[in-house]
Amino acid sequence: MMSEEMCSLSSMRKGQKGVIDSFTDYELSLKLLEMGCIPGEIIEVIRVAPLGDPIAISISGYMLGLRKAEAGTVMVKLQT
Amino acid sequence: MEQKIKIALVGNPNSGKSTVFNALTGLRQKVANFPGVTVEKRTGFTSIKTIQGNKIEAEIIDLPGTYSLYPKSPEEILPFQLLCDPHNESHPDLTIVVADGTNLKRNLFLCSQILDLKIPVILVINMMDIVLQKKMSIDFAGISKRLGIPVIGMDGRSGKGVQELREAIGKPLVSPVNDFIDVREFAPGLIEELRSIVKVESNYNAFLAANNLSLISGFEMQQWKKDKITAACEKYNFDAQQMQARETLERYTVITQILKEHLTSHEVPLQKSNSYKIDSFLTHRIWGYLIFMVILFMIFQVIFSWASYPMDWIDNGFLILSEFARDSLPSGLLNDLFVDGILAGLNGIVVFVPQIALLFFFVAILEDTGYMARVSFIMDRLMKKFGMNGKSLIPLMSGVACAVPAIMSTRTIQNRKERLITIMVTPLMSCSARLPVYTLLIALVIPRGDIFGFNMQGVVMMILYLLGFVAALGAALAMKYIIKKKERSFFVMELPMYRVPRWSSIGIHVLEKVKIFLFDAGKIIVAISIILWVLSSFGPGGVFDSIEAKYHAQSEKGIIQEHDVARLIQTEKLEASYAGKLGHLIEPAIAPLGFDWKIGIALITSFAAREVFVGTMSTIYSVGGDESVKLTIKEKMAAEINPQTGGPRYTFAVGLSLMLFYAFAMQCMSTVAVVYRETKRIRYPLIQILYMSGLAYLASLIVYQLLKP
Repeated sequence: MMSEEMCSLSSMRKGQKGVIDSFTDYELSLKLLEMGCIPGEIIEVIRVAPLGDPIAISISGYMLGLRKAEAGTVMVKLQT
Repeated sequence: MEQKIKIALVGNPNSGKSTVFNALTGLRQKVANFPGVTVEKRTGFTSIKTIQGNKIEAEIIDLPGTYSLYPKSPEEILPFQLLCDPHNESHPDLTIVVADGTNLKRNLFLCSQILDLKIPVILVINMMDIVLQKKMSIDFAGISKRLGIPVIGMDGRSGKGVQELREAIGKPLVSPVNDFIDVREFAPGLIEELRSIVKVESNYNAFLAANNLSLISGFEMQQWKKDKITAACEKYNFDAQQMQARETLERYTVITQILKEHLTSHEVPLQKSNSYKIDSFLTHRIWGYLIFMVILFMIFQVIFSWASYPMDWIDNGFLILSEFARDSLPSGLLNDLFVDGILAGLNGIVVFVPQIALLFFFVAILEDTGYMARVSFIMDRLMKKFGMNGKSLIPLMSGVACAVPAIMSTRTIQNRKERLITIMVTPLMSCSARLPVYTLLIALVIPRGDIFGFNMQGVVMMILYLLGFVAALGAALAMKYIIKKKERSFFVMELPMYRVPRWSSIGIHVLEKVKIFLFDAGKIIVAISIILWVLSSFGPGGVFDSIEAKYHAQSEKGIIQEHDVARLIQTEKLEASYAGKLGHLIEPAIAPLGFDWKIGIALITSFAAREVFVGTMSTIYSVGGDESVKLTIKEKMAAEINPQTGGPRYTFAVGLSLMLFYAFAMQCMSTVAVVYRETKRIRYPLIQILYMSGLAYLASLIVYQLLKP
């Protein structure tokens, strides 16, 4: 069963999966795009740093670390 | 005739680019800075046989790792300038793109951009060992045909594929023909117009010129050209950011298509990988920090204790050498200059080599295994508050042994502001050169005995170390708000898979760092050392001659013992020297801190290195070298009377004030030299000297004024 719900990457918990939908910060989105964070890609939060920030996500087969403030600019369609 | 070609090596960070570089060039490498920036330029040489049997001498430039041709840091501007600007002196004839085979999608992105610049490209797909382990299969012929360039699989560690690469380099150079994506569609008409302005063949290069116009500060382009580009962009309503996003998306669409056809992989979730399991420990909320603390402690121990043996050998070696030189060369001014100026300066440089080599050995292992990225990951939240990076902890902790290697190790910090702050505050950490000063002063003014069951002298020592750390954090916090950089602080960082370190790469890295220090910072250190020698061995007028005459006369009359003559002459000469005069000169300024002109002299000579304090003090108080030196200096200093009060000169207040001064003041020419080497701006070491000395002055002033009887 699939239900779709939009949220920002920073509000996702460890283990949650989703599909990248859009970005809210233009400048940062360019950086994320070239790192392979393309709308339509599946993204998963695989680790949260012990102090709650930054987080590590899995994207196109590799692990990417980013701060919560940055993750907040990525909008994700949640997969549950 | 021997042919020469220039080859640029580019690739994403962590793609194993330097392994390919080392495999191609071996030890035929040299490191310098790119002109005007603090980015290391590694160049290597190798000879290649062409298929006709001729020899080509290839100069290979290892460019800093980058994810794209849209630069975001000084490191990334270089590949961009070099590749795009045909007039750049290092513009390559051939570009080798190194891609991580386990992550082709992201790695091919950069490759596709370079292809569209229409420079001859060879694609090296690296890390084939892991690709095979992961049971992925890559259709090299298919990708090669699709991209129109040679594609070579490589395992840089075992050297598989290196021979093939050499053969590919030896073949005639061919520029790619087809566009990977056609940027003309993005802005019809504009690209053609730009091509004629920038005078480049490739459509994409023209497109990039428009896109990066605001970024390319060092690009060799006249203002009228820039104006023309800006005008053309305005005419066509060219929105750079939107275009960049569109280009990126289009490239990824094509790459995804190519990989669908030519790559078979079995998607294994990252959670199944060994790296993930290792991370469960290394980034754990308890184990992660404990392990990091243990690693820091070990590094600290090693550079503190292991390095002391080779450092002693070096010191002893120089001692023998200078005694030999002093005795065998004709005595006189040149002899003094050579022994006390140049040899002493050289000694001061070479003695750092063991610490630098050891620290970089460990830092290189941490980097190479992928652990350093995790340090950033677990420490970022904390260090961000102080304007630094998680990685800043390594230089800060190494600074307890010595600031020189510590500052050199800040290169691992990508963000410029974070790196600069780390460099600026690291010398506040109490380094090992302060130890002899603290030891002497503590013994002098802190009574033995226990406080709450702890040895009081030990407690004071610990407080001094803590003070250094607190001051470093405080200074960092202040600079976080003072230093303005346009650069936005990103933490978008790949956490690479853990790998076994490549020992040969680490060896080359250590060698490189030692060489940089010896030759770059070394020059400055010898120069300052000679200046200090001049200051302390010359005095105005014929003062020195009359001193010698006076003591020799006294000795002949039997007023003083013959074996004391040299010592007494030395003492009086130091007082009469320019350094001595300077000591007198600054006395009014340091009197509020409780210091007299004798301490003033020591403050000046300590600029060579802080531990010189002890030596200067023994010269000033004319301590014989034959007895147990430290005890005697201590006793002499303890017996010194302050003529104004009639009590002892080194009271508790003076001792504490002096300790604080040494804790905070920038008194180390080697650090100054290294900060200059690492920032390439004279203003940073100057600011550092000013703010640290200001802090020292203030701290000493307050403590002395509060505590003085």
